[in-house]
Parts: sequence; structure tokens; C-alpha cells
Amino acid sequence: MRVPAHLLWLIPALPLLAAGIGAFAPRTARRTTAGSAIAAMAISFLLSCGALVTALRDPAVHAVHNFAWFDLGHGALRLGWLLDPLTALMGVMVTLVGLLIFIFSAGYMAEDANFKQFFCFLSLFGAAMLGLLVANSLLLLFICWELVGLASYLLIGFWFHQPSAAAAAKKAFITTRIGDLGLLVGLLWLYDATGSLLFFDGGEGVLEAGPLAALSAQTTVGGLAVSTAIGLLIFCGAAGKSGQFPLHVWLPDAMEGPTPVSALIHAATMVAAGVFLIARVYPLLAADLTLPSAPLHALSVVATIGAITALLGAVIAVGQNDIKRILAFSTVSQLGYMMLALGVGSWVTAIFHLLTHAFFKALLFLGAGSVIHAAHHEQDIRRLGGLRAPLRVTFATFAVGMMALAGVPFLFSGFWSKEAILHAAHGWSVSQLPFAAGLIAVVLTAFYTTRLVAEVFLGTPRGEGAARAQESPAVMTVPLVLLAVCAALLGFIGTPWWPWLQRTLDPTFATEPGGFGLMAVSIVLVATGLGAGWALYARIPRSSAGEADPVERRAPRLFAALADRLGFDELYAATVGRLNAWTAAFADALDRRVWDGTVRLLAGLGLFTGQVTRETDENLINGGFDAASGGLRSGGRAYSRGQSGDTHSYLRYIAIGFTLIALAVLLGVRR
Amino acid sequence: MNLSPLHLCLLFSSALFCVGLIGALSRGNSILVLLGVELMLNAGNINLIAFWRFGPAPAEGTGVLFVLFAIAIAAAEAAVGLALVIAVHRHQRNIRLQEANHLRG
Amino acid sequence: MSLAFLLIAFLTVATAAVAMALRNLVRSALLLGASWAGVAAFYLWAGAEFLAFAQVLVYVGAISMVVLFAVLLTRPSRDEGAVSPASAGRLLPALIAGGSVLGVLVGAIVGSPLRTAAKPPLAFTVRELGLQLMGPHAASLVVVGALLTVALLGAVVIAAPGRPGDREDPR
Repeated sequence: MRVPAHLLWLIPALPLLAAGIGAFAPRTARRTTAGSAIAAMAISFLLSCGALVTALRDPAVHAVHNFAWFDLGHGALRLGWLLDPLTALMGVMVTLVGLLIFIFSAGYMAEDANFKQFFCFLSLFGAAMLGLLVANSLLLLFICWELVGLASYLLIGFWFHQPSAAAAAKKAFITTRIGDLGLLVGLLWLYDATGSLLFFDGGEGVLEAGPLAALSAQTTVGGLAVSTAIGLLIFCGAAGKSGQFPLHVWLPDAMEGPTPVSALIHAATMVAAGVFLIARVYPLLAADLTLPSAPLHALSVVATIGAITALLGAVIAVGQNDIKRILAFSTVSQLGYMMLALGVGSWVTAIFHLLTHAFFKALLFLGAGSVIHAAHHEQDIRRLGGLRAPLRVTFATFAVGMMALAGVPFLFSGFWSKEAILHAAHGWSVSQLPFAAGLIAVVLTAFYTTRLVAEVFLGTPRGEGAARAQESPAVMTVPLVLLAVCAALLGFIGTPWWPWLQRTLDPTFATEPGGFGLMAVSIVLVATGLGAGWALYARIPRSSAGEADPVERRAPRLFAALADRLGFDELYAATVGRLNAWTAAFADALDRRVWDGTVRLLAGLGLFTGQVTRETDENLINGGFDAASGGLRSGGRAYSRGQSGDTHSYLRYIAIGFTLIALAVLLGVRR
Repeated sequence: MNLSPLHLCLLFSSALFCVGLIGALSRGNSILVLLGVELMLNAGNINLIAFWRFGPAPAEGTGVLFVLFAIAIAAAEAAVGLALVIAVHRHQRNIRLQEANHLRG
Repeated sequence: MSLAFLLIAFLTVATAAVAMALRNLVRSALLLGASWAGVAAFYLWAGAEFLAFAQVLVYVGAISMVVLFAVLLTRPSRDEGAVSPASAGRLLPALIAGGSVLGVLVGAIVGSPLRTAAKPPLAFTVRELGLQLMGPHAASLVVVGALLTVALLGAVVIAAPGRPGDREDPR
């Protein structure tokens, strides 16, 4: 099966149709809605596979299908679809992971009263993400980008009757909106500078050599190349969506949504969008590399932010006690890795890690969902424990996901993709600091994943929910097993011996020799992290829920700071929030004192004028009008006497009048 | 007195018209008044046909078209008129035209 | 001048006159139907077959039925009895007005020298009529159609019983 570029719209259109069906179906049509959502995603998956086959015939080609959206008078605003290996691979990943999550949701949400809406929103989410992938225009991408934001808002706040869920949804929406503002400004600037928003357009597109050279040749404030400035603005949007420091605060709070939503956000759709965007516009960000004298390279910023985020997420994850929050901060950290890879110039490894991460993170979240489902909505790892025996499938698959996340060597996909990123960071010519941050984060990742598994699955049940846990139904465990298989095996498409994925995405990719010493170092680091985690948590499992954490016992202050997420939320509340409050207070005072006074003065003037006019009217002008209208009224009364209401007499008058006129005419003719 | 067929047709239509007029003027029942008006309309149509038939250009068919449209409009008029009669009946429980004079001056 | 025409004219005028004079409304309506059929016969005589057809369809078929329905729906209550044909107070002025109009018309017609076509008219077929209607007069046809639709809708609205809250005599 081949899917050419002009049919690519079908891939997002089908889930959108399913969302439409869900929106208009009656509330009780649970089976219809879920069935259409899953079926649409399954067909989209098949279409994406077809698109992949088509794209792989000639990986270097960007097949496009552009069309005019509407005429602007001079020229037209054009949109289009784009088919290349990046789109196709992402499409396959999103539809496959999405499909498994949809199936899992059918089991997880089975008892929810708003089941139908949930699937409607899920389909919308999937459709928006797929639309973003196939877009060949930054404008179309931005539209889908905002739809992704909207769908995530609806889903994170799905249980909006809980104030925390409503607040989390609001936070996610507003935080990502801050980044999106940058993206919008960048988009407008790009349109202003090049007159086009198409990525590829036969030499005219913004990602092709001609316009890029023109963009990097101009400079703007501070000697920045225009391409650098636009690239950084676009990166703002990506940082917001992908939870990069300093806009990462929304991502852990997004846990308030149902767990399948967390899986979807963290694996396939929302956060992947930012990384995908940067990978897509990578030529734009890389355009300034040809200018050695530029004061700032866009990619350096990306790498720095990525390194900070990778380290920060890993550090905070150590001090969390909520199973989903630990996973959320691990997502922040892994996204930092991806941005780091993008920043050091190896966008193909970023996509490699994005793909493997999508599978093992979806697996971990769905596993966490299975645990939470089984343990009667208990999410605190201190009150879980001992779930290995009752939840055999969940434990086995979760362990696979955890080892993939930690980067356990050779058999798990996370090892290969993370290794590729570290390799790329090592080879970066600008600085070795991101590489160092990446290495530290490797240790921490291994440490906190061990802690998570040990606390949840080993030892004895320490809470009511955990004690009564039972394995989840097959509709939930089958997706887990499928995801676990992918999470384990997917790494082999990008090993240093056979870098198929890298070659497909970027035909110029070349493996550098000498990576094996580095691999040995990271294996040692992973072993260190795992060993430390084992020593602290698994050797002597926690006995009761109230017992202090081993790290907490040794460094209580540090642990408190970590549990408090290093105080970013408080910092934002104290700075941005307070600034906002002050501005609001100032605006309020301005309103009350200045504008209110002005308005009152004007109103007083109006009242006074009105009074004067009324006096004039009543005393001077009214007399004449009264007389005139009195005359009219009596005249009307006199005429209305003829209006007898007797239809017969009207008809009679007409007959008589006709006779008289006819007589006059006839007599006139005779004479 | 030498009368052509056209004259006779016109006299025929005049007679019908006046029958309608006298009926409309003399009867108190709204329905009959309406029917009288319909008769007058028919008399007008007869005139049109007569002038078409005996006029200078019968091949053009203007008269026929005109009458066709007039019939359509008469149908509309009858429908609305009878609806009005029913509404009047509902309002004052009879259809005597001379009593339907609530809008008199 | 054919005998047929005279017969048609006489019957038409006579039935109309009787209909206008009768006390019983149902009989009046039926006689008027006969009178309209007479007009249709006149159209036939004059060579306008399609018009005769339309006249029968619209007047004899549709309007007299609607009239009958209206008569039945608005039948006066029993104690009122049949409608008096005309009170003397209205009949006299009606006769005077109608007579004077008739007089003026007859005088005008008889006194006018009307020229008629010498040769017998060509046939005006339904086909030509259709071509005229669909060609130069298509716009008028559409307008008439719209007018009919609006009029019928309006008739329904007027005749339909009002909302319960309206000020109206209870049945």
C-alpha cells in the first residue's frame, strides 16, 4: 500500500471524524464513540504505515502537496502536506502508541460517567497531533499546535470537578501559551521576512537553501542573524510544549488528568510536538552555523536549555513520592536529552530517542495506570509496595519500561538512543558541559527508576489499596505487553553497527569511530545508579508508609527541597505571579481613581446638558409642537369619519366613482 | 345596429361583471362578497381573451399568458380571502361583512 | 356569430345571477361553479384550450371546493337561520350602482367602433404557450410561483387558530 502526499490529509482526518462522531453522539453511545475512535486510529495507523513505505522508497525526497487556502489579493496564503521519513516515522509512532493507549483507555475509563466525552477529546488530541505531523506549512502546524493545546487542556481538566485538576489544566494551558506567543511572533516575522510559511516549495520554502541564506544574511538587534532570532522564538514555543526549563512547571501538574491522558501527553502527542517542531525546522536553526562570528547560535541556546532540563528533571524526580509525578519529571529529563541532542546538531538521534521514549514512557504510564487502577486509586509509592505477586504482567512490563528508561545496556531501547545522544554531545565542539550534565543525569535516572520499582513492587503492601490489588483486565494488559515488546526491541533500528534510522532520516549521517569507550563509561554509570538504588531501597524494603525515605534520613534538607520541586512553583508565584498581582492592582487603582473620575465628570456634564435641554424644550419649544400636533390630530379625526368600516359602502363608492369618471370620459369623447 | 363578435364578447363580460358587482354590493355574507369579486375578475379575463382572439395579433399569445397569470393570482386571492373569512368567523362568530368594522374611524 | 357563444354567455350570466340571489350558500357556491365552467367553455370557444383547462382546474376544481369548505366551517348557528339575500336597504343602492356601471359599459362598448382582425386567427398551441412561459416570461412565472407560495403560507397562518393566550372567543 502506498500513500502519496496528496492523500496524507486522511491520516488526521479520520480521528477528527471520530471526534465529530463523539461530539454529536448521545451521551449513552459509549460503545459507538470508543469504537469509532479506536477504528479511526487503527486505519490511520495503517495509512501511516503506507506513508512510511512510500517515504522509504526515496528517503532524501520531501514529497509535498501544496494548495492555496485563500487569496490575499496579492498572492495567496498556501498550506500543504509534507511526506518525508520524519513525518512518516512520527506518524507510525503516534498512531501506534495512540492506538494502544486508546484501547487501554477503554478499560481504564470504563466506569467513568463521561466516557463518551473522553474518547471524543482523545480523538481530537490524536487528530491535532497527526495534523501537526503532516503539515507542510508553519501556519497549519501552528493551528494544529493550538488544537493540541486545547485538547490537552480539556483532558488534563477532564475531572474538572476536582479543583486541582481544573487548576492543573489552566496552568498547562497558560504556561504553554507563554511559549506559543514566541512561536506566533516567530511565525509572523518569518512570513514578513520570506513571504511564505511553507517548509518545502520547490526551492521557495523557508527550509530550503535560498530563503535560509537570505535569512541568515540579514541581522537584527544585537547583531543577531534574523534566522537566529526567528529560530529562538520558535524554540520558545517548543520549550513550552515540551516542558523545557523554565517552562517545565506545567508538565508534572498535568498528572491530574486520567492516566491514559498522561501517557498520551508524555509519550505520543503533546511533548513530542515540541521536539518534532525543532527537528522539523532544524535547517532554520542551523542556518547561523555558517556565520562563525555570530554573537549567539540558536542551537547553543537549545543545547544549554536541554542540558539544564535533563539534569533538573532527573534531580527533582529523586525526591518525589507520587508514582505519576516521578514519571512526569523523568519525562522532563528525557525531553531535555532530546533538546540537548537537537542543540548539539544531531537531530536524528533526538528523533531516535523521541521514538524509543514514546514507547517506553507510554508503557510506564500505562503500567502506572494499571497499578493505580489495581490499587484503588492509590498513587503514593510510600503506601504501595509488594505488588509484584498480584500484578505479574504489570510488574514484568513495568520492569521492561523502567530498564529502558534507565538505559540498561544492550537489550533495551533506551540504552541505544541515550547512548547516541551522549555520543553526539561528546562530539560537540562548543562546550563539554552539556555532556557532563547528561552523564550525571544518567546516574540519577538509573537511581530513581530503581527506587520507583523497588518501592512499588517489592516489600510488603503498606496501604489499604495495595493490599487488595488485583491484576487489571486484558484490555489493559495486552497493550502493556505490546508496548513492552516495542520498548525492548525498538533500539535495534539505530545501533552504531546498523544505524538504519539515522541513515533514513539523514542520508549524510555517519557513525564516528571510538564510541565504545564512551559506551563503557555510561554502562558503569548506569550500574552505579542501579547499585545505589538497590542498596538504599531494595535491600531493605520500606516497612511502613510513615517511615522516612533513606535519602531523607541522610540529607533531610536536600530531600525537602527536591520534594518541593526546587521551589520553582513558589518562585514563579513570588515573581511572575506577584508581578501580575501588582499590575492588576495598579490597573484596578487606575480604573477606580483616574478613569472612573473621568467617566463621572463626563457623565455629570451629560446630565447637566440634558437638564438644560429639557428646560428649554419644556418651556420654549414644546408650545409650537403641541399646537401643530393638536391640529394634526383633529384633522385626522375628521378624516377618519369617512372610514366607516362598512366594506359595502366602499365598494359602492368605487362603483359610483367609476361611473362618474367613465361618463365624463365618454361625454368628453362625444364632444 | 351592427355588432361584431368582439362587441358581443365585451357585452357578455360586462353583464357578468355587473352581476358580480351587484352581488358583492347587496349580500351581507363575506363569502358571497368574495365570490362576487371572483366573478368580476372572471369578467376581466373574458375581456382579455376577447381582445386577444379578435385583436390584431392573436399569434403572440400575450392575452393567454396574461389570463394565466391572472388566474394564478386569483387563486392566491381566493385562498387568502377565505382564510380571512375563517379568521373573522373565529373572532366574531359570524361572517356578516357589515359587522367586521372594528377598524372604523 | 355562433349560437354556441350566445348559449354559453346566457348560461354563464344566468347561473351567476341566480347564485348571487339564492338564500342557501351551498347552492350558491355550486351554481357559481357552473358559471365558472361556462367561462371555461367560453375560453374553449375562443380557442384558448389550455386556459379552459386551467379555468376548470383552478375555479371549478379548487376554488369552489375551498369555498364549500369555508361555507361549512363558518356555518351560522341554527337559530340564525339562512342568510337573508339582501336587506332592502342594501339592495336598492346595489342595483342602482350596478345598473349605472352596466349602462356606462354598454354605452361605451356599443358606441366604440372596434376593429377586428380580418383573417381567422392562427392556432396558439400549448407547446407555444410553454415556450413562451419558459422563455421570455420565465421570470414572471417564477414570481407568480413565489407569490402563490407566500399567499398560501399566509392563508394558513391567518386561518390557523392562534396561541392559547390570544384574546379570542372560545369555541
